[in-house]
Amino acid sequence: MATKKTNLELVLNGILDENPIFRLALSMCPAVAMTTTIMNGILLGVAVFFVQVASSCTIAIGKRLVHPRIRIPTYVLVIGTWVTVIDMVLAAYFPVAYSQVGLFVKLIVAFAIITMRLEMFACKNTLTTSFWDGFGMGMGFLIGMVVIGAIRELLGMGTLLGYDIMGFQPLLFFVLPVAGFFVVGLMMGFFNYVENVYKQKRLRTIFHESHKSNMPACNSCASPSVGPVGS
Amino acid sequence: MLALVSALWAVNTVAGTNLIANTAFGEGNEIVLTFAQPLAEGHLLEPGSYTVYEESDPDIRLQVTNIKVSPDETTAKLTFIEPLNQSQPHIITVAGMTSGESPLSFTVKKSYLGYLLTILITALLIKNFVFTKYLGLCVFMGTSKKKETAKGMGIVFTAVMVMSTAMSWLFYTYFMVPYNLTFLQVVVFIGLVSLSVQAMDTVLRKVNPFLFASFGIYLVLITTNCVVIAVPLMLAKEGYGFWEAMMLALGAGSGFLLALYLMASVRERLDLAQVPESFKGLPVAFLVAGQFGLAFLGFSGMTIS
Repeated sequence: MATKKTNLELVLNGILDENPIFRLALSMCPAVAMTTTIMNGILLGVAVFFVQVASSCTIAIGKRLVHPRIRIPTYVLVIGTWVTVIDMVLAAYFPVAYSQVGLFVKLIVAFAIITMRLEMFACKNTLTTSFWDGFGMGMGFLIGMVVIGAIRELLGMGTLLGYDIMGFQPLLFFVLPVAGFFVVGLMMGFFNYVENVYKQKRLRTIFHESHKSNMPACNSCASPSVGPVGS
Repeated sequence: MLALVSALWAVNTVAGTNLIANTAFGEGNEIVLTFAQPLAEGHLLEPGSYTVYEESDPDIRLQVTNIKVSPDETTAKLTFIEPLNQSQPHIITVAGMTSGESPLSFTVKKSYLGYLLTILITALLIKNFVFTKYLGLCVFMGTSKKKETAKGMGIVFTAVMVMSTAMSWLFYTYFMVPYNLTFLQVVVFIGLVSLSVQAMDTVLRKVNPFLFASFGIYLVLITTNCVVIAVPLMLAKEGYGFWEAMMLALGAGSGFLLALYLMASVRERLDLAQVPESFKGLPVAFLVAGQFGLAFLGFSGMTIS
């Protein structure tokens, strides 16, 4: 039970606390350039998810065999191998969608988030924990991509996953790649705002509770403290 | 050097005819012919009498849809259905016209030097890797807080970029293509990039320790920059020659330097501005980058001829 909970925490950590897109702000290139539709977001998200999990596991298994001084080139080659695998799979099974995101699938090899997770986590932990960490990080990325993709597709084309669900004239602006910058920036700001409000609320309740319960205690401790100063 | 000399020599010489004075590409799907004397020949005005193809693809004939002659009858503009690949030389043959013994035929091509310049300017401004292709954003956001850092990162990046592209091109052309190993391009290119980063690190450490102390930290970051791997992938896809690859690398590197410097100048000012609490740091940086992106959209569609 205890290990299961930590695994769950690892996954949630990747999705919420250290979301690669909104919190760590790593791997921004596809989040900005390739999220014009949900489908693109899902495709790239799945590719990153797969590469993250596979290379986390590979490094976790082989960590004892790698000399620390050549660890970064090793990570790069491991990631490169898995990227080649997913690249060929997507090209074979989803040729239409792949023609749009093709370059970015190859570019996963240079994504900071994957290298960072290998360096920070997989090379120090066991296979299972590394798997769940990679799972959470990949999931966080996938969810982030889908959310941005949904917003841009809805506002820019009035559709979701290709189905027309909005009756209004769409804003072409959101389909332009430049809009990716604005959407990501505004969403980051929004999440920061929510977090700030939440934090302040919690602080206030803690403060109130402590204030209420400690009211007499405070008064009582205040008077002795004043006492010595006064005398 | 040889390439430059031969490029200068080959600027739009039209061989085998005394009728056509000059040829050039117009807009995307146009070719402009200039005649030596005002023409009265009927054949030159009929779209059907032209046979046009790319030098490398003689089987694919490009169809002329329209011919427009200037009022003084010395220039004619041929319009095609589809945009032409202007980097390739095109061969035009006119039926029913002869120059001496053989049918009238001539080549239209761009001057090589101008073509190289076009690649450079395109990578630098028109298709700037950061603001119009949205690559390298992690490093872009991370190192654009101060002008000093921005300059350092940009210069080191350009150097590594040119070096690794040269190696990638040689490796791709003389090893991967002949042995049919192109499916390994991702692994090989990223390997070459980390190799050149390591080489740069070692050389800089020995040759100029002072420079190493100020630039060394950026070297590690370069391997996680998408641009450094995107350029070899692009040149493999486009089939560029060596000098074209070098120009693309130089343009990409200096475009990145330009973008970093612009962004750093704004962010230094932003530190003094009153930004809403939730938007401090990255969110506002993204909004600024979006505005730069909009500004760079103004370059799109620009061509250099």
